[in-house]
Amino acid sequence: MTTRIAVITAGITDPSSTRLLADRLTESVVRALGGHDVAVDLIEVREVAHDVTNNVLTGFASPELQERLDAIVAADALIVSTPIYSASYSGLFKMLIDVLPKDALRGKPVLLGATGGTARHSLAIDHALRPLFAYLGALVAPVAVFAASEDWGSIEAGRLGSRIDRAGADFVRIVAGAPAPRATDPFEDITPFEALLADASRA
Amino acid sequence: MQFGIFTVGDVTTDPTTGRTPTEQERIKATVAIAKKAEEVGLDVFATGEHHNPPFVAPANPTVLLAHLAAVTERIVLTTSTTLITTNDPVRLAEDYAYLQHLADGRIDLMMGRGNTGPVYPWFGKDIRDGIPLAIENYALLHKLWREDVVNWQGKYRTPLQGFTSTPRPLDGVPPFVWHGSIRSPEIAEQAAYYGDGFFSNHIFWPASHAKQMVQLYRRRFEHYGHGSADQAIVGLGGQVFIRPNSQDAIREFRPYFDNAPVYGHGPSLEDMMAQTPLLAGSPQQVIEATLGYRDYVGDYQRQLWLMDHAGLPLKTVLEQLDILGEQVVPVLRKEFAALKPAHVPDAPTHASLVANAGGGHDATVYAAADDVTGGSPDESRTPAATNGDRR
Repeated sequence: MTTRIAVITAGITDPSSTRLLADRLTESVVRALGGHDVAVDLIEVREVAHDVTNNVLTGFASPELQERLDAIVAADALIVSTPIYSASYSGLFKMLIDVLPKDALRGKPVLLGATGGTARHSLAIDHALRPLFAYLGALVAPVAVFAASEDWGSIEAGRLGSRIDRAGADFVRIVAGAPAPRATDPFEDITPFEALLADASRA
Repeated sequence: MQFGIFTVGDVTTDPTTGRTPTEQERIKATVAIAKKAEEVGLDVFATGEHHNPPFVAPANPTVLLAHLAAVTERIVLTTSTTLITTNDPVRLAEDYAYLQHLADGRIDLMMGRGNTGPVYPWFGKDIRDGIPLAIENYALLHKLWREDVVNWQGKYRTPLQGFTSTPRPLDGVPPFVWHGSIRSPEIAEQAAYYGDGFFSNHIFWPASHAKQMVQLYRRRFEHYGHGSADQAIVGLGGQVFIRPNSQDAIREFRPYFDNAPVYGHGPSLEDMMAQTPLLAGSPQQVIEATLGYRDYVGDYQRQLWLMDHAGLPLKTVLEQLDILGEQVVPVLRKEFAALKPAHVPDAPTHASLVANAGGGHDATVYAAADDVTGGSPDESRTPAATNGDRR
């Protein structure tokens, strides 16, 4: 069976270190999954930035955005990578999360990654990202990766690689042990009217 | 097939002139628009219900509809929507039955939950109870129109003991009810359960929403034994701006679109036209697009358009209605009639409901005693003094 992994990356430059971290985390997870058949859907938030804004305003997704939301909903696991701006995830990243269908991430394994200009931002993962995904009911991996500017171009870069590998290996144990629950279709699995009536008047 | 218009009564600044109509101007314009709708040959006029600026749709639609009943002859008067969540179902039963008598049956109504969060607490309700309120309140309304004496207990209002809602429905036949909802499967299920009509707003959102809801409603309508799925009673909204030349339609409508409530300052007009049923175009384009709705909702019974939204001046709205009545609706009437199979019913009217009930009868409940304080007929009735509808 194919393991579907959705990857959200919210970097805005090209090339972007946030995208680079997303790619490295993805490679690490795919490698750790070993012989599994893996399909990866990469979602670059920048490509649908206007669509995400429009969705917030109108309440529905453009076809381009809908395709990406569907990939996230259908994924067995989710990897996210966001720049840290002003002590938190980027606004664009949060807007994408805001337009996901209700309960889309409930029970879904999520691996957190973030980038920033200095290692002094690294706890933003735990102070901002972790509560967000806890609220959404995701199975958030305990090991997350923060990559600061200095991690990419120094002796620390080697350590970044080992942190990424450790995160990927731990994450795969969660993915393997907790397949994401299938979403129910509210237009197929309907509540019969008698039950609605009984529920409505239950004091 | 019925064709008509629906309004939400928004008081919006005309972005091309910067002028905002007064409440009275907007209210009088609404009356002029309804009269014009009848004059150009449309079948239905629907008004929303609103309790907050920038809207002057009536807080109780029956106030406007009673006036319109007096100044029109033929057009069916209805709502888009009547709030089943925040109104007391007892008042709805009384007011709409009264309206039915005044208008000689030329009314129906559409139930909606309302999507303006702050409205709920103004009426002592909680928006999180929207669905249960719609379910319980309508169950009571349905009963009040069909049973002369009601004993009832629920969660959201005081219980009723020996209560008779007056006046009783005209000819003993309650008004036809539509249920409107954009995305809530529970409401499609509710409409199907009762064999009522289902109306899909079909504007502001992709057609896929309408398709999904109508399919569910049709499937469950059949499940509950009201007929085959293609015999279910479906209404659709739509929003069009028409000029003889489509480029002119787009050019003239764009400033209104760009500044409109709901979608203004968001997607471009082109995106919105590509992704939703919104259409600024020529009469021929409107005809083709409207016939196309049938491809994904099946044969349907009622088409309502939103024509007076987003600050369009009255003069423009009346011109639009002329084009609609002269160049669009006559063609659609003929085309839809040719496509509709014989076993698919038309939208129910008072006359058709009376005929289905085996003829009308006066349903007045006569209270035998105490006609000063109105003692309950439950206590005072005698067989000779009542001929109420018990069907």
